[in-house]
Amino acid sequence: MDTSAFETVEVNTDLLICGGGMAACGATFEAAYWAKKHGLKVTVVDKAAMDRSGAVAMGLSAINEYIGLAEGEHTVDQYVKYVRQDLMGVSREDLVYDIARHVDGSVHLFEKWGLPIWKDENGKYVREGPWQVMINGESYKVIVAEAAKNALAELGDDGEIIERVFIVEPIMDGDKCVGAVGFSTRENKVYIFKAKAVMAVMGGAVHVFKPRSTGEGLGRSWYPPFNSGSTAYFTIRAGAEMTCQEIRFIPVRFKDAYGPVGAWFLLFKARATSSLGGEYMVERKAELQEWAPYGLGKPIPACLRNHCGMRDVFEGKGPIYMQTAEAIQKLADGYKDDPKGFKKKMKELESEAWEDFLDMTISQAILWAGHNISPEETPSEIMACEPYFIGSHSGGSGAWVCGPEDIAPPEYFWGYKGMTTTKGLFTAGDGSGASSHKFSSGSHAEGRLAAKGAIAYIMDNNQAPNVDAAQVEEIKKKVLLPLDLFEKHSKETTDRNINPNYSIPRQLMFRLQKIMDEYAGGVSSCFETNRPLLERGLELLAMLREDGEKLAAGDLNELMRCWENIHRMWIAESHVRHLLFREETRWPGYYYRADFKKMDEDNWHCFVNSVWNPASGEWTLKKVPIINLPVE
Amino acid sequence: MPSYVIMEKCDGCKGQDKTACMHICPNDLMVLDVETDPENPKAWNRDPDMCWECYNCVKICPVQAVDVKGYADFVPMGASVVPLRGSEDIMWTVKFRNGSLKRFKFPIRTTPEGKAEPLAGFNTGSDDLKGPLLCTEPDSLRYELPTLKK
Repeated sequence: MDTSAFETVEVNTDLLICGGGMAACGATFEAAYWAKKHGLKVTVVDKAAMDRSGAVAMGLSAINEYIGLAEGEHTVDQYVKYVRQDLMGVSREDLVYDIARHVDGSVHLFEKWGLPIWKDENGKYVREGPWQVMINGESYKVIVAEAAKNALAELGDDGEIIERVFIVEPIMDGDKCVGAVGFSTRENKVYIFKAKAVMAVMGGAVHVFKPRSTGEGLGRSWYPPFNSGSTAYFTIRAGAEMTCQEIRFIPVRFKDAYGPVGAWFLLFKARATSSLGGEYMVERKAELQEWAPYGLGKPIPACLRNHCGMRDVFEGKGPIYMQTAEAIQKLADGYKDDPKGFKKKMKELESEAWEDFLDMTISQAILWAGHNISPEETPSEIMACEPYFIGSHSGGSGAWVCGPEDIAPPEYFWGYKGMTTTKGLFTAGDGSGASSHKFSSGSHAEGRLAAKGAIAYIMDNNQAPNVDAAQVEEIKKKVLLPLDLFEKHSKETTDRNINPNYSIPRQLMFRLQKIMDEYAGGVSSCFETNRPLLERGLELLAMLREDGEKLAAGDLNELMRCWENIHRMWIAESHVRHLLFREETRWPGYYYRADFKKMDEDNWHCFVNSVWNPASGEWTLKKVPIINLPVE
Repeated sequence: MPSYVIMEKCDGCKGQDKTACMHICPNDLMVLDVETDPENPKAWNRDPDMCWECYNCVKICPVQAVDVKGYADFVPMGASVVPLRGSEDIMWTVKFRNGSLKRFKFPIRTTPEGKAEPLAGFNTGSDDLKGPLLCTEPDSLRYELPTLKK
């Protein structure tokens, strides 16, 4: 493709929201309200179609964060303590508190917008576990996106959404973020967005580590393959401080198709056992002493539950089974003397079990049908997935953001809720770190909080963005370079994919995944690594980064793949540096430092934060104290 | 084979303002092939290894021309899961490898399509841009916003 003919589209706005998932939808909804009051413009840019973009694109079968404040079910304090426990003591409690005190409002809005939430005979939401509510969530994302778009439409000309534009790089004015550069994946156009504040809410990252399925099932990651680390790349490149980048998340799911296990564990009370029949969470209870105090608390942290299951696998006791048949039988036992009631109950349970998959991981339904599995008769294998990067769930990686003024200790507050340490740059959802367990609803609430913070920032700093034309020209050239390289060299060989002058994006991704898998504790390394491995990994990543400048793209889709993989490369390097810095094993079941096998509360009960300096290109890492909130 | 397009059924969304599957795919996989038969272009999944099997192309196709075949590297052949998505509910037909069938129907929304009203009738308690209350709060919380005494 001839890039000299590319059109440059300049978009001037007040608030630029990059992304289209739950956090971006929350941000759009909230920003529209405050922007209208203050006469500001909001522009949303999404690489997909907002109706079905982001981690909730397929749908969900539950909302995992609902406190139940009005119902008196739980307190915000209890949620803060729950997250503290689950992340082995490492969480920004001000952020967790803030999301938890607002999240019920988002859920109530979802319901009004049209999301079917299961209710009991008294009209109360049906709980899956203590914090989760069950939904008919096939259209969850469609409904939430619809409300966001309808809110934006109320701004008239001051509200716009641009879909199918992939955001590549931030535009900086010194230490301030003043926009972003992207390109259309449909037309030969480069987009230059100039804004007074920018929200980077483009999700977490998949395909940084080698997945278990490497054939056609490569795309069957638990978290979606289209979330490629664009938020982390954007915030790192803007010089923002990052936190908890060493925390990767590894969910245990039904094997291969990665269908959800939450309903089975929480709603159906199923047990997980090894092939020998033992229940690892019971048999290994004493081993949890090693991870006190967290190993002794309730609920047992996700990483420790992984750890116990992995120990069984490493000892050759696989496969691990979810005992679905036993669970359903136990539930049905309550109807022993009531055959009619039993039949009805079984039908209900069967429908609930299948809906769990059909709402959010349809592949698992295909796999069950392909294996002729009826859960009421046959148990199903479960297994730890490959590592992912998300700021929500039981992950924790992301940018270090400003807390709420009325809650945050002074060390965690610098003016505007949700702002990173880079002026004018905000994030939320899977982009903000150390505030785990926000899930879909909390990401929406956090997007709203950060958007309000961004509007407040704009009102206090209401100057036109100062954008250096030379900087933009340079970024634009860099963005389109893979197309130029392809144009220049692709005719030199008879196979467009094999060329000594360039690399194609898929192979660069495989190279990255191999490095991460073998040096940074991926699946094939049994999640274990050490200093020499990590240092060697960094050497290989440095060469990979150099070769990232020699990626080639034959069309706009391939250009997007090139940039997605460059984004992945940066979150990978950040992860390795954090792994190297933290000299302990704090989250067994996520990763193990073979040279520091134990948790070290005396020296490492802290956050690890990092900054990449855009001027020097150097990384600096440091310990940051954890300040607990006085919660009851 | 993740999602695939049935040659006979796909009409390239002729007569519609956009190609539905291409419009919706979150990973930009579905694309109209205008080269093979420019008169009758049909959609295809250009990169099945990157398909999440989210079924959005299947659900949105106006002529049911898109289907999914389970990932060839771990799913035994012969099973299928087919949705029929309406404006209020979705019907699923699950066919097992051994031929047995299951059918499920679930609601998908309680409001008419397009009608999600942003503020949903909730009032906003404070217009203080620096305060902690979000729009629609505390009304939408149905509770007074908690805080901590520092």
